Order: sequence, then C-alpha cells, then structure tokens
Amino acid sequence: MRQHQQPRLDIRSVACRFKKPLLLLLPLILFLLLQTLAPAVAQDMSEAEYRPFPKIGSRNAAWIAAQLHLLFGSFILGVPMFAVIIEFIGWKTKDARYDRMAQEFIKLCMGAFSTTALLGGVLVFILIWCYPKVMSKLSGIFGPTMIFYVVLFFGETFTLYLYSYGWDKMQGRHKGWHLFLGVLLNVFGTAIMFVSNSWLTYQTSPGTQYGKLSDATRQSWLESKLSQNPGMTQTEAMEGITDATVIPLHNETTGEFLATVWEAVNNFTWMPVNIHRLIGNIAFGGSIVAAYAAFRFLVAKTKEDKAHYDWMGYTGNFIALCGLIPLPFAGYWLGREIYMFNNTMGINMMGSLFSWLFIIQAVMIGVLFIGANYYLWSGMGRIDGAQIYARYRPYMIAIIVICVAIWMTPRTLSKISTSSELSAMGGANHPHLGLFGLMTAKNTAVNIIILTTFLSFLFYRRSGKSPTASWKKVGNIAISSIFFFSAVSIIVIGIVGFTVPTDLRVNVLTPYQVLIALAVMVAVTIIDIFMYRKATMSGTIKWGEMTDRSQYVLILLAITFTSLMGLMGYARSGLREAWHIFGVMQDTSPDAFTPLLSEAVNIVAIIMVIFFALVGFIFWLGLWGEKKKQQTVAVESEGEH
Amino acid sequence: MKRLSLFTKCLIIFVGCWVFLRFIVGNVISVPIPGSVVAMYMGLIIIAILVHISVEDSRFREFLRPIHETLIDDNKRLRRRVIAVLIPFALLAYTYSIFAQRANPPGNPRDAHPSPPLELTYKDEVIGKMQEVENPFRHYEKDDPEAFKAHVENGRRVYYQNCFYCHGDDLDGQGHFAPHLQPLPANFQDPGIIPNFQESFLFWRISKGGPGLPAAGTPWDSAMPVWEDMLTKDEIWDVILFLSDYTGYQPRTFGEGH
Repeated sequence: MRQHQQPRLDIRSVACRFKKPLLLLLPLILFLLLQTLAPAVAQDMSEAEYRPFPKIGSRNAAWIAAQLHLLFGSFILGVPMFAVIIEFIGWKTKDARYDRMAQEFIKLCMGAFSTTALLGGVLVFILIWCYPKVMSKLSGIFGPTMIFYVVLFFGETFTLYLYSYGWDKMQGRHKGWHLFLGVLLNVFGTAIMFVSNSWLTYQTSPGTQYGKLSDATRQSWLESKLSQNPGMTQTEAMEGITDATVIPLHNETTGEFLATVWEAVNNFTWMPVNIHRLIGNIAFGGSIVAAYAAFRFLVAKTKEDKAHYDWMGYTGNFIALCGLIPLPFAGYWLGREIYMFNNTMGINMMGSLFSWLFIIQAVMIGVLFIGANYYLWSGMGRIDGAQIYARYRPYMIAIIVICVAIWMTPRTLSKISTSSELSAMGGANHPHLGLFGLMTAKNTAVNIIILTTFLSFLFYRRSGKSPTASWKKVGNIAISSIFFFSAVSIIVIGIVGFTVPTDLRVNVLTPYQVLIALAVMVAVTIIDIFMYRKATMSGTIKWGEMTDRSQYVLILLAITFTSLMGLMGYARSGLREAWHIFGVMQDTSPDAFTPLLSEAVNIVAIIMVIFFALVGFIFWLGLWGEKKKQQTVAVESEGEH
Repeated sequence: MKRLSLFTKCLIIFVGCWVFLRFIVGNVISVPIPGSVVAMYMGLIIIAILVHISVEDSRFREFLRPIHETLIDDNKRLRRRVIAVLIPFALLAYTYSIFAQRANPPGNPRDAHPSPPLELTYKDEVIGKMQEVENPFRHYEKDDPEAFKAHVENGRRVYYQNCFYCHGDDLDGQGHFAPHLQPLPANFQDPGIIPNFQESFLFWRISKGGPGLPAAGTPWDSAMPVWEDMLTKDEIWDVILFLSDYTGYQPRTFGEGH
C-alpha cells in the first residue's frame, strides 16, 4: 500500500521564495525605525524630569514593556515550581513519564528565560530614558536591593542552566542533587520576584505600620512631623498613634526619605502582592503549559503523541486549578490591605474609578472556573465508569453559573441603564439584584464556586475506581454532609454579612467563609484518600481520547489568564492615580491621567497579541529543534541498519 | 407521547429563563431589571447550555441532530422554508425595534462613588487626613450615652430641617423632591451606603455637596447643596451620627490590618 506522503515544510525553499520581498521590506523597516528614533535623538540630552517616548508615548512604552516582562517572568518563575514537584514524583514512583514531562516543562522555560531578561532590559532602558527623576528617586532608596537583585539573577541563571543541561547527566544516584538544584532555582526565582515587588509596591504604598518601624525611623518621623507643625508638642504629635497606624516613610513636606531600606521593602502591600503573585505564577505557568500541550495535541499525528500531550494538558490544567482556587483569597487579602493603607485608594479601586474593571475581572474569573470545570467534565468522558457522575453535572453547571452571575452583577447600574430603567428601579441600585453587588454576596459566590470546582475534581479523581473500604457508605455520607453543611454555613454567613458592620465582615466573617472552604477541601481529600486507598480499577483512562473542543478550552484559559493579569496590572498601577510614589512624588508628565478602561483594554489586547506571538515563536523554535533532532536520529539509525 | 429533543429542551430553558428574569423577577417579585443586565444573564445561560451539550460528543450530536435534519432531510422541507422566511422577518423586526424606539436618554455615566480627596477640609480649614479623621462625638456612644443621645437628637433636628426633602423621612432617598432629581438622592437604608464609608467620607460628601465633587468621573450632576455654607462642623458630625443611629448601620471602621 502506498503511504500518503505529507508535504514537508522546507525552511530553505520558503526563505528563497520570500527573499526578494524581504529585501525590499528591510529598507522600509529601517526607514521607519530611523524615523521613529529621530525625534528621540533630537531631544535635549541635559537633565530632564521626563523624556517622551516617540510615537506611542512614555507611559504606553513602559506599560507594554513592563507587562510583557511580567508575563514572561511569571511563566519562568511558575513553571520550575511544579516542574520540580513533578520530577520528585517521577523519582519516587520510578515512573519515567513524570521525569520526561518535567524536563519538557523546563525546556519551555529555557526558551522563555532569555526573552524575560531581554524584556527586563528593555523596560529598564525605557524607564531610565523616559522617567529619569523617578528612577533616580527609587534607586536612591532601593540601591542596595538592586545589587542584591543582580546577585540573585546570576544565581538563578546559572542554576537554571545547570538544572536544565544537567538533566540527563544527573540521573540515578545524582537525582537528589538535581532536585536540590530545582529547589534552589525556585528559591532564587522567588527571591528575585520579592525584591522587584518591593519597588513597585513601595510606589503604591510608601508607608508601614508604626509598630514595625525602627526606633531611629520613629524618631525621624516624629521630628519631621514637629517641623511641619511648629506649634505642636510631642504628646500632641503622638495622639491617636498605635502600633497599627500607617506611618509615611517620607517627610510629607519635603519628600525626604526617612526610613531604612528594609522598612521601604517591607511596605504595606509588599507581602500581599508577593503571595498573590506567587500563587498567580503557578496558575499562569500551568495554564500556558496546558495551552502548549493542547496545541501539540491538536497537531499530533500519532496516538502516542496524542496520549502524551493529553496527559500533559491535564497536568497543566490541574496545576492551574491548584493555583486558581486559593488565588481569590490572596486577592481579597491584597484588596483589604489596600483599603487599610489608604481608604481613598480602596474606594477608587472597588467603588469608583476602577470598579467596572472588577466586573470585567469577575467575567474573566467566571470564564476560568467554567472552563476549568468543562475540561474536567470532558476528561471524564475518556474514563470508563465515569458516567455515574454525569447526572450531577447539570446541577453543578447551574450552581457555577448562578454564582458567576452574582459575582458579575454590578452594584451601581447607572452606567448601563437608560433613565427610564433607572426611574423604574428607583435609583442606581436595583433593590434586590443590587445586593449581589456587595462584597458579602460576591465572597459567598466565589466560595461556592470553589467548592463546586473541588467537587468536580473529586468526581474526576474517583472516576473508574471502586472503593473497597468497608466504611465506604459512611465515608460517602460524611463527605456529602461536609459539603452540604459547609455550603449552608457559607451562605448563612454571607447573609449575616449584610447586617453587620463592615469591619466585622471583612476581618471575621469573610475569613471564616474562606476557612470553611479550605477546611472542606482538606477534610474531604483526607477521607477520600483513605477511602480509595485500595480501590479496584473499574475502568482505565484512555489518554488521547479527548475532544478537540476541550483543547480549545485549555487555550482559552491561557488567553483569559493573560488578559486578566494585564488588566489587574492596570488596576494595581493605576490606583496611584497621578502619583509616581503615592502621596510623595507627583506625576507631572503629560501622561498624568488615568486611562479609560477602553484604552486600557486596547493596550492589554496589544500586549496579549505580542505575548502570544513571542511565546508561539519560542515554542515553534523548540519544536523545530526537536524535529531536526528526530530527523538526525532517524537518518543515523537508517545508516546503522 | 413523543419525547422532546435536546435542542427543544434547551430552547425551552432559554426562553423560560428570559421570561423568568424579564417578567417574574422584573414585575412580580421585584422591579424591572435593566435590559443590559438581563442580556448579561442570558449570555451566561447560553454558556451554561453550551457547556451542558458539548461536554460529551454523543450529547453534542444529539443537540445538533434537529438542526442537521432541518437543513438536510427531504421531509423537513416545509420547516426549512418557514425558517428561511422567518429569518428576514426576525431581522426586520429587530431593525424596526431599534429605530422605532422613543428617545430615551442614557443613564448617568458617573462612577459609583466619587473619589475622595486625601485631606478632609471644612471651608478652608484642614481637619486632617481623610483616612485618620474620626467623628469627634462618636466616642460618647461608649463614654457618655446621654451626651451621645443629645448629639443624635441634634442630628435628627438638622436632618428634618434640611435633608429630608430629598432623602426622605425614612432616609430611603424617597423625599418629595427625589422624583425630579437625576441622580437620585442617596438611600441610607441601603446596606451598601453607610457601612461602606468612613464618617470622614460622609462628612466630605455633606460639606462639599455636588459642586465639591472631584473632576475625575464627571459629570456628576448632583443637586446636593454645599452644606458647609449653611451648617456648622458639629451639626454635620451630628447628622452623621443620626444617619447611622436611625438606620442601624455602622460607618466603615478599620481594624488592625496585616
């Protein structure tokens, strides 16, 4: 039988075909580049507060470079975290598949590493060129941390090289050392992120609580306060000051820095941003890896490849879910700390300038949860014996969709209603649906979504298995009761939240809801593990038999994560409004205005297109190299035969 | 009896949800929901239906079967022709509905809440940082209940002499002048108003009124007078005490943080 030959893509012939147009295009690109740079070169090179970036403006240039750097950075910091865990699992279970997958993850990371560094360099150049005074101020405060950053960066680079290139060499008895390198890589990566987070969080919240200040800083702050108010006594200056009072780290009149480097690093929002980003990196890294696997699944020619990339996509999505579930809690903590630092900033975020952004955020997180559940449910289709759980699916879809609807219902409807609709409602708030706009309703909804997603995962885990434990009936009743009573408790707490003072709701009731959800996940997982410990397999997972639709969902999840990160970056940075350093250094550049949400969405869309183009190119390069390697191996083996 | 196809069931669910939101919630249970919100909810319902039908291949095929039959089968020719006629009519009706609408001005595009300044002032006097200023009479609630009661009573007097014309005698934003104002006066009985703001924020809104609202987020079009021109500082603090005492809602306070 004649084998059907697939036409092969010959790069050389393609290059020859496009040689002439490329040669014509090159001078044109060069001309455009020179034209773009000319105004910049023509500027006064003497000391300036701001220098405009040609064509797109300084803010947009810094915005695009910073967000791209952050997206790549998030990927290369997130992937090693789970790669090392997967490698460890492979080592312990002696299953080579895990080791191969972890290595594949790190290969993706290697491709993105240099681009991250390159984008970091571009960002620094833009900032130094366009915002020299701001950079001078920040480097004056954070100089020592910048040196530390460079040391860490070298540490991370060489550890990554050793970890990646030493993978095949450090097998067998050296595996422990290789895993140690992986852990070290994560330590360096996390430390790098924490250091750079300190700079940007300081711009947002240049203050810390009185109780955390050193004696010298307390004294400097008191002296500066007394010098600003000549008639004031020391006792008057200290009136109402407790350990929790937020103290600015600058002289409020002159802007002079009063504190130590550590106090600037450990500013009000530093740790919440660190935690939020750490978890976010895992979720983002998982989703990008899953999207890569989905793409490879869709183009795979053999059953083996399909099975491998199906498994890889599942693992990526599982990791993304592990990150996604605690992410809203970390975000809530960050939001709370922003309110605590400055109430005006908090109101701007949730009730004023940026409030509609959080409706978009709700829509996107809704897409993430619906998508992640959809993928899990689709995955159950390839497991024999999973059909018994299908009957619960419509109810779970209904619960998730109702919760997403609550989460995305705006509090104030004036912007999206006609005047007659407003009159019919009796104001900008709907008397009943308006309650969904309050945080107590939204927190309740998100906790229920998380529990439902966990239930989906539980069903997935159980699919194709039959428990042999004698107490399986009691176990199932216990698990069902835990789910039921915890859901009721979360809803009751949510309803009570409407009636209590906000401080009590924020600091007591909402944390209780979170604790209940977390406790359910821990308790049910423990019970389930013991119940299914000696389970018999009633069906196998047919890896590779996933629908193409489910793979597109994985790609959609990666796109949603990326755009969500872009939009939240706009919120985090935009909260400062017309300040480079909030309350200390004012932005007097022509860009000192908060861009409209529509403008922000456009910029984020551009960033997303560039990001996926770059990621696609890096992945394609990896694929190309892999193909070349496979061809060489094939030719060599043919020669041997 | 012939079983309904999955497609028909989904169609019934979709139409049923729309009827529920538009007429049952919008007219029977509550007041009408804005069209944009209904559209948002209906979008979610479409997503839910799509998720349900497309998770399994067999279900997806079952859903598509009537569509496929209508387009291909010879015995469905009549149905095909009816649909071919109905589509242009539906488009015509939609176009007509857009153009036949009576002039209906859009709602107020202002932000939910104005962005407060960093400093709280009364006339030209700086009281302090918005974050830190507290109601000077609030501590009487614990320290001297009689004095607190007197301040609340004074607040009640100030409210019914000045505020109730717009904000209503039950503080629900339904005063005599309210129907003629756009935006409508604040409804203090709403759980999203008083509990979300510090007393300093309320002081700022009362003292500066509509003209004192920030440049960002305009147009505000608020009819609220500049009360610092007519009331003393103490009267404003008293009326804030009255608002929370009457409604039972405590203004926003902040705990220890971290």
